[in-house]
Amino acid sequence: MRVAENLNAALHGLLERTPDLHLLGEDVTDPYGGAFRITRGLSTRFPERVLSTPISENAITGVAAGLALAGESAIVEIMFGDFATLAFDQLVNFAAKSVSMYGSRVPMRMVVRCPVGGGRGYGPTHSQSLQKHFLGVPGLALYEVSPFRDNAEVFAEMFARQEPCVLFEDKVLYTRPMYQVPAPFRLEQPDGRGTARVSLDAAAEPDCVVIAAGGVAERTLEAMRSLLLEQEIVCTLLVPSRLYPFEVELPPGRQVFVVEEGTAGGTWGAEVAHVIHSAHWGRLDRPVTLVHSADSVIPTAPHLEREVLVSAGTIHRVIQETLRG
Amino acid sequence: MTAAAPALEHAPPLTEPAEEDLALLLGIRAFELTLLDLFGKGMLNGTTHTCLGQEYVPVALEPLLDPRDHVFSNHRGHGHYLARHRDPEGLLAEIMGRRGAVCGGVGGSQHIRRERYLSTGVQGESLPVACGVALHLRRAEPGALACVYIGDGSFGEGAVYEALNLASLWSLPLLVVVENNGIAQSTPTADGLAGSIAGRAAAFGVEYRHTDSVDVNVIREQLGPAVRAVRAGAPLLVEFATRRLGPHSKGDDTRPAEQLERLRAGDWYQRYARDYPERFQRLDRQARERMAAVAEDVAARGLS
Repeated sequence: MRVAENLNAALHGLLERTPDLHLLGEDVTDPYGGAFRITRGLSTRFPERVLSTPISENAITGVAAGLALAGESAIVEIMFGDFATLAFDQLVNFAAKSVSMYGSRVPMRMVVRCPVGGGRGYGPTHSQSLQKHFLGVPGLALYEVSPFRDNAEVFAEMFARQEPCVLFEDKVLYTRPMYQVPAPFRLEQPDGRGTARVSLDAAAEPDCVVIAAGGVAERTLEAMRSLLLEQEIVCTLLVPSRLYPFEVELPPGRQVFVVEEGTAGGTWGAEVAHVIHSAHWGRLDRPVTLVHSADSVIPTAPHLEREVLVSAGTIHRVIQETLRG
Repeated sequence: MTAAAPALEHAPPLTEPAEEDLALLLGIRAFELTLLDLFGKGMLNGTTHTCLGQEYVPVALEPLLDPRDHVFSNHRGHGHYLARHRDPEGLLAEIMGRRGAVCGGVGGSQHIRRERYLSTGVQGESLPVACGVALHLRRAEPGALACVYIGDGSFGEGAVYEALNLASLWSLPLLVVVENNGIAQSTPTADGLAGSIAGRAAAFGVEYRHTDSVDVNVIREQLGPAVRAVRAGAPLLVEFATRRLGPHSKGDDTRPAEQLERLRAGDWYQRYARDYPERFQRLDRQARERMAAVAEDVAARGLS
């Protein structure tokens, strides 16, 4: 099963089991089924609760907040995550704040889905990974789709939080298969926090631990494979499901890398590094190393886009240079 | 477009208000005056926005609303809250951060939630939220509506237009009450709003009513049928040509004295006082005494 099918199945299941759940977004109804076809078939089965909307990210996020306020639950699809900036006020100043600004906890069951990431030549305003701009908002939790965790579980966890959540979905993942890792690596079931681990069979301490969210996990695994085969560098990969608030059970390892596709500056990785430094400073050989895209807009032409976005080659190079000089 | 305020002596008489309405009007007036007094004495923290001059809007609308309706208010929301919940103690405690505060002192003047009443401090933000609530009501509680108070200044925000579009498209039971007081903080409406509010409603195919009355009975008569139609899914925008007598928040009024004098001459307070002097004096005295007692009580309470 591909990631897109897993997401679609999760949404079908949710709408089936949750009679008060609405799904709103631009062009989400059939026969189109969303710009990335993630909502395919939903409006045919649940025509009253799956609604195509005008091009109004701010309003539809507000509508979701209104439904949540009235005790229902809602999912919003932002066609391209870049446009979530248009919903920033509703998310940050209303939905997230409503959880606590009225003096007692107000449950707000809503999820904003944001397809993100480049690699498809969509250019500067349709390729970004804007996760970092949503970090550190009280009452707002951030998740990212990965090929290693069933999205039905992710949605269940998000709604159980009873606070607004943003789900980032790297577009290149949609066509990838679920639960596959290249040999000789082995995938372990996600732990209690939903963090999946990919490592060699050997129980030995790896040369480094790499933390990468779902969107860059495949590139990281490709780098891990070439590092193993070419440099005999052994890495263990952690793929967290929840980006923020970030928690991790760090396996043995004295070097830690964080990989993300977001551009340089004020990154998610910096937040992860802070969490790890606070808990594990004594056991690290050096500060956590951040691997991310360049400090740049994301160009459209493929040769220019490649120069900016983090790739398997970037990850390989940074890890090799850091460990071997 | 504010109401042209004729000199008090030329204003036509107002119809006789119910005792309860006049008491509520005067209660809100006394509340707001008390706030300004407490500010003057340095007893309030932060800021507040009083609705002096606009008290009659929520008082007139209250009987047109149902307990199942949701009411969304804004930064200038004390009157809206008091008309809905008649709870000066809880509101003052909220503003002063004292025990008994409606929202534990977290929200303060601009962020209040109690049952189906909610206010937020960002212009236009509550309109899309109200559309979401209206969508819920349409399905789960047909006949109930979502009422949103906004001002003339809110029409600068895109959220207002996105929401009007949705409300009309989806036939949502949404009542938008525009308190056009002719001024957005310090900017006259004419300097911030091209075209008209009526034109905006028309552009979205949203029903529109205008009133410049301050007579609560007359307003109810004017708006009753259109508000009933909202419940059946015909969104409505009502524009009140009203007047803000006080500053935007506190001590920040840059309007010339003669303009304020003109506005005061059309104030419901003066007109009801003129037309029903005995009852007015009695109820006004009671409202002020009650508010003085509330202020004393709340100020003496422990922190929230």
